Amino acid sequence: MSPTAVHGLWTTAADPLDRIPAPHIEYAQLAPTLIVVGAAVIGVLVEAFVPRRARYLTQVFLAFAALASAFAAVVALAGAGYASGKAQIAAMGAIAVDGPALFLQGTVLLASVVAVFTFAERRLDPAAHGNRVDSFAAQAASVPGSESEQAAVKAGFTTTEVFPLALFAIGGMLIFPAANDLLTLFVALEVLSLPLYLLCALARRQRLMSQEAAVKYFLLGAFSSAFLLFGIALLYGYAGSVSYAAIADVVDGTVARMDPALAATMGNDALLLIGGALVLMGLLFKVGAVPFHMWTPDVYQGAPTPVTGFMAAATKVAAFGALLRLLYVVLPGMRWDWRPVMWGVAILTMLAGAVIAVTQTDVKRLLAYSSIAHAGFILAGVIATSKDGVSSVLFYLGAYSFVTIGAFAVVTLVRDAGGEATHLSKWAGLGRRSPLTAAVFAVFLLAFAGIPLTSGFAGKFAVFKAAAEGGAGALVVVGVISSAIAAFFYIRVIVLMFFSEPKPDGPTVAVPSFLTTTTIAVGVAVTVALGLFPQYFLDLAGSASTFVR
Amino acid sequence: MNPVNYLYLAALLFTIGAAGVLIRRNAIVLFMCVELMLNACNLAFVTFSRMHGNLDGQIIAFFTMVVAAAEVVVGLAIIVSLFRTRHSASVDDASLMKL
Repeated sequence: MSPTAVHGLWTTAADPLDRIPAPHIEYAQLAPTLIVVGAAVIGVLVEAFVPRRARYLTQVFLAFAALASAFAAVVALAGAGYASGKAQIAAMGAIAVDGPALFLQGTVLLASVVAVFTFAERRLDPAAHGNRVDSFAAQAASVPGSESEQAAVKAGFTTTEVFPLALFAIGGMLIFPAANDLLTLFVALEVLSLPLYLLCALARRQRLMSQEAAVKYFLLGAFSSAFLLFGIALLYGYAGSVSYAAIADVVDGTVARMDPALAATMGNDALLLIGGALVLMGLLFKVGAVPFHMWTPDVYQGAPTPVTGFMAAATKVAAFGALLRLLYVVLPGMRWDWRPVMWGVAILTMLAGAVIAVTQTDVKRLLAYSSIAHAGFILAGVIATSKDGVSSVLFYLGAYSFVTIGAFAVVTLVRDAGGEATHLSKWAGLGRRSPLTAAVFAVFLLAFAGIPLTSGFAGKFAVFKAAAEGGAGALVVVGVISSAIAAFFYIRVIVLMFFSEPKPDGPTVAVPSFLTTTTIAVGVAVTVALGLFPQYFLDLAGSASTFVR
Repeated sequence: MNPVNYLYLAALLFTIGAAGVLIRRNAIVLFMCVELMLNACNLAFVTFSRMHGNLDGQIIAFFTMVVAAAEVVVGLAIIVSLFRTRHSASVDDASLMKL
């Protein structure tokens, strides 16, 4: 008996493996994301191989080229009809290419271009040892105040890693509003969050505050994403799938193929309700809605101001996109359950943001609470559950992001010996010292307040109109009241700038290079353009307001 | 054994992790509690995968592990830099920014 025959008693030849079918990936439709993430990877290689002197220019050029070409790709996709008629789901059901996704991706990319300009600004900090530096730490690893930090400053080091980090975050933000299954949603959330945690820790001045902000953001962000993940697990348990369309079918009770396991779990409403609530909670945390807003003021204040502007604008756009898709595509069948909850969240967010902002004395914290109040206004549009609701939210996000980036760019200009002078008392009389800067900031504040002829008014009007038509009239009343409260503190800052005496030891306004100037100019231009001619952009948002499922 | 028991275990582990985040004060311990929460999610995914008889949940568990590893890299970097500055990893000490 041969040895193989003996072994044949307890072994058998394995069946030849079936060929695993290769997934079908629509590269052209995913081009915006692929370009940005690819450029981020190249950016990491640039850090490794390009000499230190040449890195800054290389990184800035790479980031700008990537964002511009990704935006061109978004426009091309929209032009090819993917925003309306040809909307479809790409990458084996993972990513939706439809109107809201493309609109929000375009918004994120445009906002990121001007935000990256503020990252690259090197004219504001006084030249130390003959080196022009940006707002980021000379060497993140060196302890603040240590000899190694002084050596790094003297050598003129800068953290050019911020550009690839920002690109990775933008890559996540492009996927987040387009994610069409819960796993993609979770991965995109982490891809956008992790680089932001690091960016928060990289301030050149006031590094203790910056590191503290990063720790708070990281711990709370990780905590909330764990809740999101548990919610995903429960929804998966409920529906037996993480695909948005499949879950929506199970929620509606229109499942094509029923098996006993699914029949058992889909009768269990606890899984659906708790799972939906936990996923919603994770998204509301990113949006910065009360009661999940605790991180916002500290992180906005501690992070380097260019990063604050970037994440205040772009993260909010991406997170609201994901929230809209979850509520409108996955859970429309439960809107009688989630609408009352969102009512409560929206009312709390609007009132708390506006009321607490009145007491603030730091301009970055003030803008943080104002961003919370704005999250509440946008939520009012989300609650409308109508096509107008979607288009008004899209428009509001576009208008809001440019105002925010512009406002934070102005904050980087007002400086004293310790870096940026963010305490409001130092802004007294700024209008007499440098009328142009103060006037530009006043335009942004008026847009935040929603004064007519600015983008803020058009956005608020659209959102409140959609909410009122969607049967949320009481919400609109609360929204208008909190807008009035919010207008009080915006106007107070304007009065402080123009109608009080400048202090003798007040801050100076640094003269920026064309980078920050461009950012601020774009911010003002968009604010005025969307305020004077909102109709074209409202139509654009309206034509992009249908989700694919 | 009834797979639902594993779900109870997952919920229990998740709750222990969440309570730990809220109660403990050391940033590293907080972070370990978050990891416990992620692992509780993994257990829930694998259990549901078994109940439904499809592999999605097991695949997601792998993704969660990768994400958790990436989170460790970023999180430890941030916590260590804070510790080197302050010689303390207590989250109560980090209170420069208050109203």
